[in-house]
Amino acid sequence: MIYIKLFFTFLKIGLFNFGGGYAMISFLQNEVVYKQAWLSTAEFTDIVAISQVTPGPVGINLATYTGYATSGSVWGAALATLAVCLPSFILLILAGKYVFSTREKYPVVWRALRLVVIGLIASAALTLCNAENFIDYKSVLLGAAAFLAVWKLKRGPIFVLVMSGLLGFLLY
Amino acid sequence: MKNFTKLFFIFAKIGLFTLGGGYAMLPLMEKELVGTYLSKEDFLDVTAVAQSAPGIMAINVAILTGQRLYGVPGAVSAACGAALPSFVIILAVALFFRKFAENPVVVSVFKGIRPAVVALIMVPVFNLAKSAGVTFKTVWLCIAVALAVWLLGISPVYIVLLAVLGALLIDKKERAK
Repeated sequence: MIYIKLFFTFLKIGLFNFGGGYAMISFLQNEVVYKQAWLSTAEFTDIVAISQVTPGPVGINLATYTGYATSGSVWGAALATLAVCLPSFILLILAGKYVFSTREKYPVVWRALRLVVIGLIASAALTLCNAENFIDYKSVLLGAAAFLAVWKLKRGPIFVLVMSGLLGFLLY
Repeated sequence: MKNFTKLFFIFAKIGLFTLGGGYAMLPLMEKELVGTYLSKEDFLDVTAVAQSAPGIMAINVAILTGQRLYGVPGAVSAACGAALPSFVIILAVALFFRKFAENPVVVSVFKGIRPAVVALIMVPVFNLAKSAGVTFKTVWLCIAVALAVWLLGISPVYIVLLAVLGALLIDKKERAK
């Protein structure tokens, strides 16, 4: 039953993702593309792109779109979105103050989590570096240009995605 | 209008008018909430707690603000408000995209977008490494995590669990000294 699987998958992500939208890509990729094979890498990459350029929290966009794409129904989208918010809802309502106090009580844990999040985001980028996303030398050059535009020129994601879409239209 | 329904619309407005989520939302949240609903200190407190919990930070801010003002109903309505605009918009985009995914223009546009998405995810790795003060002594943990998930397909869930347990053990050892 895809709905039950979808619910528990997103519940898990909502409970264990401490790294925001970019780290969530790593969790989603592992569950939805690698383990369940619900989506191909290219399909998943498109979802990430669209989630970046539509308004609202990126995590909600990712959950809603992935829920929809995997189940093919609005109910799947709603279920995934609800499930990803539920763990922090329960945690914050019951023990918000305690959650925060762990930062001072266990600084080592928070330092470790910060390092883990960096590794997770790196793994998301590396996993997406495959032949589905880099189809020829032109797309490798395009990726490198986009990297420099964001890193060195401090361009925002919307500018970069719109420009690369335009280039894609001209090149392919 | 009941107060917590008003909160729903305030967070819907925040959700509708911010691109990029998370930190990009904080300035608008501050403008909408501080003064009328929360004091400056309360807002800082709420955002700090929101960042300490797992899940989606913007939603966590909504939950905590709603709860502080009107209890659980407030938390529910604020969280729904923050999530609803993006839920509706992204669903509309998904339906549109599904219809036009085979369109040759859409196909070539996304061939260009995909490599750029990978670049977009790569940049925060370097920025975060800088701001987290990653050194040669700690970078091995980032590399090990990246390789374990990328090459071995190990679930990030296990990695987070392992990191928390490992850090707690180190913490206990340090305290025993």
